[in-house]
Amino acid sequence: MKTKITLLNKTYQFSNLKEILAKANEEKSGDQLAGIAAKDAQERLAARHLLADLTLNDIRNNPVLAPEEDEVSRVIENSINEKNYQSIANWTVSDLRETLLSDTTTDIEITRLRKGLTSEMVAAVTKIMSNLDLIQAASKIEVITQCNFPIGYKGTLSGRAQPNHPTDSIQGIKASLYEALSYGIGDAVIGINPVIDNAESVKQILQMTKEEMDRFIIPTQNCVLAHVTTQMRAIKNGAPSDLLFQSLAGTESGNKAFGISVELLDEANDLIQKEGTSAGPNLWYFETGQGSELSSDAHHGIDQVTLEARCYGLAKKYHPFIVNTVVGFIGPEYLYNSKQVIRAGLEDHFMGKLQGLPMGVDVCYTNHMKADQNDMENLAILLGSAGVNFLIGVPMADDCMLNYQSTSFHDIASVRSVLGLRPAPYFEKWLEKMGIMENGKLTERAGDPTIFM
Amino acid sequence: MNEGQIELIVQKVMEQLQKRFTPDHNIARENVKEIIEKGLVFREQDWKTSIPQPAFKEGVAELTASTPARIGVWRTGTRPLTKTMLKLQFDHAAAIDAVSSEVLEKYLEEFNLFTVETCYENKEVYLKRPDKGRVLTDDAVDTISSRCQKRPQVQIVVSDGLSASAVETNLKDVYPALIDSLKINNLSFGTSFFVKGGRVACMDHIGDILEPEVLVLLIGERPGLVSASSMSAYMCYRPRKGIIESDRNVISNIHPLGTPPIEAGAHIGTVLRRMIEQKVSGVKLEL
Repeated sequence: MKTKITLLNKTYQFSNLKEILAKANEEKSGDQLAGIAAKDAQERLAARHLLADLTLNDIRNNPVLAPEEDEVSRVIENSINEKNYQSIANWTVSDLRETLLSDTTTDIEITRLRKGLTSEMVAAVTKIMSNLDLIQAASKIEVITQCNFPIGYKGTLSGRAQPNHPTDSIQGIKASLYEALSYGIGDAVIGINPVIDNAESVKQILQMTKEEMDRFIIPTQNCVLAHVTTQMRAIKNGAPSDLLFQSLAGTESGNKAFGISVELLDEANDLIQKEGTSAGPNLWYFETGQGSELSSDAHHGIDQVTLEARCYGLAKKYHPFIVNTVVGFIGPEYLYNSKQVIRAGLEDHFMGKLQGLPMGVDVCYTNHMKADQNDMENLAILLGSAGVNFLIGVPMADDCMLNYQSTSFHDIASVRSVLGLRPAPYFEKWLEKMGIMENGKLTERAGDPTIFM
Repeated sequence: MNEGQIELIVQKVMEQLQKRFTPDHNIARENVKEIIEKGLVFREQDWKTSIPQPAFKEGVAELTASTPARIGVWRTGTRPLTKTMLKLQFDHAAAIDAVSSEVLEKYLEEFNLFTVETCYENKEVYLKRPDKGRVLTDDAVDTISSRCQKRPQVQIVVSDGLSASAVETNLKDVYPALIDSLKINNLSFGTSFFVKGGRVACMDHIGDILEPEVLVLLIGERPGLVSASSMSAYMCYRPRKGIIESDRNVISNIHPLGTPPIEAGAHIGTVLRRMIEQKVSGVKLEL
């Protein structure tokens, strides 16, 4: 494998693939914090030139984290279809980029290609793609999944209703849920982040959301985003959960910090298959986000884009209904400003889609990050153009429980309106029946949560 | 408008208000009205927007009362109304100002706190490199070594952390309440000071230098939109390098609308006494 490159008269020597991958990244404060980022813009470009010229074979033969040492590496390695891989093994990363962007490469070719790709190859090509490349390539890929009802069709944009409350008040959660539904949001999932991580509390929230879904015959699915073990206890106690949720990391040690392992996920997967309340076949909701491995000191010197791609490699094993990258939640030591958040949002969406995942993005920021609501509106429109499956809907974008800002019900309705996107088909029919939407547009009644009282 | 002009206007308004209580009521009222109309007065209720014709009129208040979330705000097309949008921007502005601003000297002088710095360099580096905010500069080490009492029973440290306004808003209530509660619990304390650019773990470095029995760090939290001025009190028994997070105790959410600052100050003394009695802190401490 080539590790040395001369650009004009200057020569750069890198020690291994891990270093090349890290230094080829767009500038991210997290890679700088880890001490693995390029020293300057020219070194970054040297790494990127070299990476563009490496073959997929080089990437597979030089694992950033050996399968013998890490179970996430093993999951990724085991998912490769050898025939598909052999047919592209001699491609350079540049060949892969140009194939993905070519007019003649359709979603069908990409479906075949992905069977031969490892997460590291996906990360590699991402590093040599511009923002518009990432949008263009992702927009070709359609990933349709079904829990109770299918979402992800081209020309649609779904929303997660995220009616969180600072004390898990059932009445308070219901109030925000009514507001979400009245704006046409909630087709991806009605998903609540609980304050109290215990089975009884999780069960109460699941029961309330299920009752509301039954009362109004809402074509969607419910979920409470507690730790997977808490949800498992709640389900065993009879809680009506359509989906299982869990946060994922891209390394075994990162997952250990989250209190999970592949074995535990397998066990949970068996449980939801047997005792979940939904039609399926897709029964998982995963969340990820660049920087989580570094924050738990589980990054093994690997850059955050590559680690994020590996999360998707792991997620793929469980055929999830939705995957969401919480792109700006972790803070400025990982993504410093809006430029970095926007880049990361587009990278994550593309990397997930290329690996066949139903990607949504929590377009968000914290108050100590150099970003504001305008930046989130920009990224929401970019992702809408890229064909994102769903966005997060929070009342006026301000989550009063998690203390960060995301996108609002108004924002999702606006992205739909500006880009001519529709809610998921069954949900749109329901909105019409409720008199909230007509011909893809909100009616006079929309925005009034009291219609559900 | 400069400060002088503002003062003039304030003076003029005050004069006019005083005139309201003179016999010539009507003329005075007119004058006040004229002055007030030159500017907008915004109060909390002025930001409120509402649904023009809700399906269930009485239901709106019931829903909005059940959550602090920004619901029942209505819309124009698919966009929020102007005042709802401005309110969100206003709250965000307070939060970002809290991160970027510095604690004014006068708030520290009130309690004779002198200032030392961590290796944070500037606000940008502070946000990107949490590790630098955990170590004091060489100058700071010299200063506290020479100015502070060594091996005190209780060491109090104040830091801006992620919110300067947390210190400015809460210190005046927390600090005296804390001193009182130390006295009630028969605890003595050393020389308090302020650390600029501090992270929670700067406690460990300070612990190595001054070797207090217990240390309490009053530090500004990451600002939210509900409060940009929230403070935390981190406490540790024999703090030193290598301490893990679970060895610390914390009282968080200290601000006028959260844990009241005076109550927090009073509670800290009790926690510190228990640490000294049990010779332990963190998850092992029995409260």
